[in-house]
Formats: sequence, C-alpha cells, structure tokens
Amino acid sequence: MKTDISKINEQTPHEELTEGLMIFAGGTAKRFRTGEWRTNTPVFDRDKCKQCLLCVPVCPDGSIPMVGEERGMFDYEHCKGCGICARVCPFGAITMKEGITA
Amino acid sequence: MSAERIKERMSGNEAVAEAIRQVNPDVMPAFPITPSTEIPQMVANFISNGKIDTEFIPVESEHSAMSAAIGAEAAGARTMTATSSAGLALMWEELLLAASNRLPIVLTLVNRTLSGPININCDHSDGMGARDTGWIQIYAENNQEAYDNYIQAYPIAEDPRVHLPVMICQDGFITSHAVENIDLLPDDAVRQFVGDYRPEEYLLNPGKPVSVGPYSISAYAMEAKKNQEDAMERARDVILETAARFQNLSGRKYGFFEQYKTKDAEIIFLLMGSAAGTAKQAVDELREKGKKAGVLKLRVFRPFPEKEIAEALRNAKGVAILDRCESYNGCGGPLGSEVTAALFRHKVQIEAVNYIYGLAGRDFTVTHVKELYEEMHLVCTGEKKAVQHQYVGLRKEN
Amino acid sequence: MKNTIEIRWHGRGGQGAKTAALLLADAAFQTGQQVQGFPEYGPERMGAPITAYNRISKEQIRVHSNIYEPDYVVVVDETLLYSVDVTAGLKREGAIIINTAKSKKEVMKYLHGYKGEVITIDARAISEEMLGKNFPNIPMLGAVAAVTGVMEREDFFREMEKSFRHKFAKKPEVIEGNQKALYAAYEAVAYSREMSLSA
Repeated sequence: MKTDISKINEQTPHEELTEGLMIFAGGTAKRFRTGEWRTNTPVFDRDKCKQCLLCVPVCPDGSIPMVGEERGMFDYEHCKGCGICARVCPFGAITMKEGITA
Repeated sequence: MSAERIKERMSGNEAVAEAIRQVNPDVMPAFPITPSTEIPQMVANFISNGKIDTEFIPVESEHSAMSAAIGAEAAGARTMTATSSAGLALMWEELLLAASNRLPIVLTLVNRTLSGPININCDHSDGMGARDTGWIQIYAENNQEAYDNYIQAYPIAEDPRVHLPVMICQDGFITSHAVENIDLLPDDAVRQFVGDYRPEEYLLNPGKPVSVGPYSISAYAMEAKKNQEDAMERARDVILETAARFQNLSGRKYGFFEQYKTKDAEIIFLLMGSAAGTAKQAVDELREKGKKAGVLKLRVFRPFPEKEIAEALRNAKGVAILDRCESYNGCGGPLGSEVTAALFRHKVQIEAVNYIYGLAGRDFTVTHVKELYEEMHLVCTGEKKAVQHQYVGLRKEN
Repeated sequence: MKNTIEIRWHGRGGQGAKTAALLLADAAFQTGQQVQGFPEYGPERMGAPITAYNRISKEQIRVHSNIYEPDYVVVVDETLLYSVDVTAGLKREGAIIINTAKSKKEVMKYLHGYKGEVITIDARAISEEMLGKNFPNIPMLGAVAAVTGVMEREDFFREMEKSFRHKFAKKPEVIEGNQKALYAAYEAVAYSREMSLSA
C-alpha cells in the first residue's frame, strides 16, 4: 500500500502501514525533528569564525547549512547538540551552552 | 485454451533450467553448490549462446547471491537464484530480508541434507530449516512438477496481494539428476502465462524515490510482521488461482496437495517430494490386496494448508506422517508437529504416527511403505501401541 | 514384454556407465516409452565403483528408489565381480551381461550361484577395434539392447545414431566408430544367444 508518510504515526493500525514499511518519498528525514533531543546547544560567534568550513562536513545531522560560500546559522530543528562542531573549530567560534536554546 | 504438449525427457535440473530459459528473468546471481550447480551452469550457457538476456552475477558466496538478488529485485528486476543445503543456510539472514522487504524473488532449491555429517544427498533439512523465513515453499515429486511449479512461481510471488518470495523445491539427485519423461509447454505460452514484470514501486525509478528496508522502531516493526503474515495467508487464494489458470494452459492439476486414492482410505501416507511417487506405487500394490491405503502428497508447505489437511484426513483411521528431516526436538519432524497440530485444532481424532525417512539420501522403497502400512493397520485396530518418531530404513541389530 | 523393465549398471567412475544408462533412456524415450535413467551419487570419482539404473515402461514411472530386484544387470568392468555382489536381487528369469574376455564358465565362479542367463561380451576388444580406445560403455549398451529387447532393432540403431550426432556434434569423427561398436556388440550377443538357444 502506498501511503503518504506524513499520515503515518505511532497510532496507525497495521493495515494502513506501507508494504515492508517502504517509504515512498525522498528526503523524509527532514520531517523528523531531532532538534527536540537536544540538551546542549551550540552557539555560533560570527566574529571569531574564519570560514574554514571544518565544522560543516563533521556535523552528523547536516545541521550546518552552506549559504553561498559561507557557513550559515545552525539548523536547530535538527541539531542534536552533540558538540562535534565545537570540538573541531580551531578558532573557538562555537561554544556549547547548557539548555535547548542558544 | 490448452497449449501444445512438447514430449521431452530430461533431468529435474534440466527441466528447471528450461523453465528459466522460457521465463527469461532479468537477473540471476548464483553461487554453485551440489546438486543444484547444473542450474546456474545451464542458464549461463543459455546466456552465452544468446538464448536469453538474463544478467548473470557471479558472486563469492550464497550470502552474496541472496544479497544481490534482494538488491536486484528491489531495483525493479525480475530476479532468481538457485542453491542447495549449506548454500541455503548461508543465505539465512538474507532470506528473512527478502521476505520482510516483500520482494518476489524466486529461488529454486535442490534439496540436499545439511551437514553434518557432511553428505551431498537428499533430504529436506535445508528447506525445512528455512520454513520460518517467510518464503512460500512448494515441493515437487518429479521433473514435471519442478518445471510446472517454477512457471507458477512468478505469478504467485508478484501478485499484489502477495509480494513474497517463493522457493521451488525438488529432491537432490533423486529427481534433479534423474532423466525422466516430461511434457513441456511452448515458449510463448509460458511467457504469456508468466507475463511481463511491472512492479509499481522500485528503486531505479527516476523521480519517484523510495526507501526499501528502513530501520523500524518497535512501534512499527510488529505491525510490519503482521502485514507479512497476512500476505502469506492471502497467498493461499493466489496459489489456487494460479494453479487453476495453469491447468487451463497445461491440463495438469495442482493444489495445496494431491490426494491419491484417499477417498475411502483407512490409512493415509502424508509426505512430500519424490518419495510420494514411490508411496503411490505401494498404494496400488496394497489396493490389489484389498488394503485401503492412500497418499496425501503435500505440495505447498508454506503457507501451511492446515484446515484442508485436517479435512482430507478426517475420515481415515490413521495417518503416517513421513518427514524427510529431523527436528532434533526430541519428538519428531516438522511435518509431524504441524500436521498433528492441524488435526488437534480441527478436532480430527485419528491415529497419527510420525516417521523419519530418507535422511541424507537413505533410500525409501515400496517395501518400506508396505511395512508401514502393516504397522499402521495394527495401530488402528488397537493391536499395537503407536511408537512415534521411528526411523524408517535404519539398520537394525543383527 | 512386461510392463516395467528394470536394469542395474555396475561400472567404475569414468567408464561411462551413467552415460550409457542415460543414452538407453534417451533411445527408449524416442520410441515412445516411459523412461528413467539415474545414477546413484556419492563423492566417487574416477575408478570408484558406481551404480546407475534404468526403468523402462509402457506406463508412467512413479517409483523413485534404487533398483533392488533388477531384471537385468550390466557389469561394465569385470574387476567389480571380485568386490561387488553384482547378482544381488537379480531375477532368475532375467540376465547378467558382463564385459569380459573370459569364458562364461570362468566368470560363473563370481556370480554367487546365479541360475539365470549369463552373457559375456568382450566390450573392450570391440571398442578398441572400432574406436581405437577402450570405451566399453557403448558396446555394452548394444549388448543390453540385444538382450533386453526394450526396443526394436531398427528403432534402437536409428535413435542411437541421432543421439551420437547430438552428443558428438563437435567430434563428428567418432560417430561412425561408436555406431559400429554398438552394432558389433548387438550382433555378437544376438548371435551367441541364438546359438545357445538352438543348442
């Protein structure tokens, strides 16, 4: 059965789930807001950033978007607050702050 | 409309290879193992001689063969493979994935015992070991049935009500390497019967992305398993519809099982595969002496036709359930367990004795069947207490 | 001819006993009969004793077991007489056909008192003469056809020639030799049986 994934949730009866739990769309991970899992939040200091871009590829959740040739602001809808970006930044431009907001 | 019958003689492996040639599947990943090796070998010959355009993928193991089959089928290709014994065992985890991902792959299994002791001959331990992997399993008595079952496999597997993989089984060496008469169907009749494969959703479908086999949390996984089981139940109708359609084409009748002289039979031999023919011969000889014996040859083991078997046995006095496989559960074989459960659930109270025969190629003869008849007769008249789980054809102390 | 004829072949791996059994099934099929031809398989290789079987019938053959009470036994390698009980279960009214240069009297010693017909044929000599090599299975096949009468003479030779043409499509030079070997063995056996019957 081909079902729109946005209509499926943990209350959906088995008859209405897709065959083999196939997912009939692309990029559906975007709809899964992993940002809700965050207990620590990265804070970006634009003044210290040299745009070396080391933080972008190490983010496991793709939550540091590129804007033109520069890194943009964090995507807090999906950032889980793992802190890898803060560790990798050579310039102290990213610090971790306790709590769910920057 | 009945198709022309082409009289031929060939081995069981040749018969399956011929059916593969006629179906011309898209992809065949395979790794050789006795006694199924001839099948990929013959298919490879067909390909190199330009008879078919199947993509043959030589792989480094059966685990890879089934993995490649899953990938190919998910990509949208009609896929098959062949194996035996340890090869099927090595496919294990992938077999379960093929079924849970609802991929209509067809596997031709040439039944051979699982080690050990290491041995190349026939029993059903390989197929029976995979009985709970979610595959439909259909067993053949001879080369003709192996051929016919293969042709019916894709219409069953690919039916939207089913979408499950199908295992077509025949007895290693006993039928796979025995040359016997066979009636073939014309190529175009087979192709028309099987039809083109047009999956609705598949990976290599530009602009329509899908994900196959995603991780599933507990909140969904049990629901998925229930859906898979429902598909197995729906397969019953599809198997019978396909058999009816095949009968129109070939004139040969198939169902969940074949009943041979069971109508007034007091004692019925229930078994699968090549030994069923031997049992039929024995039944004819017993009948000549006025002994009311019959054979129930099980063809479809998965889904298990529980209700139908119980009804077919209801009017008999006793059933000898013959397993070509040991379960090592301390009380019998898989057919023994499932048939007796069926009898109990449907309140059919007859004598049911489970025997083990033919392990690792041990021969099973007309004489064995006649001896079992005599024993079952004594059990049914109350002159002898039933002894479960006996081995037929085992050497006895001198 | 009774409904089903059962034949057991004894040979050694590599001598073509299995091939001969399959060729016989092939030829019998071509004459409209129901056939079975199958070897008993194990891990055996070149030189190991092997067994192959034929059932030939007017009716559908359903039995899928080995043959324990054959109508005919064929021994492709006489050295098997010393190690294998080739006459086991062989029917009294049947026959045993042995590839040997020895006399009937000499081989009888190894036949455990078998009372039925014993036929000897020097398949090796025939093969070496007609084919230049020792392929005893083809002359043995000719002998089997002569003794069992499973097919009419003309049908047998015609169908075997077709089989050879198919089997040796890439080696056409051996077709004639095989056909000659088959013929020589058939005639030799038919002649010697006629002689012994009239004697």
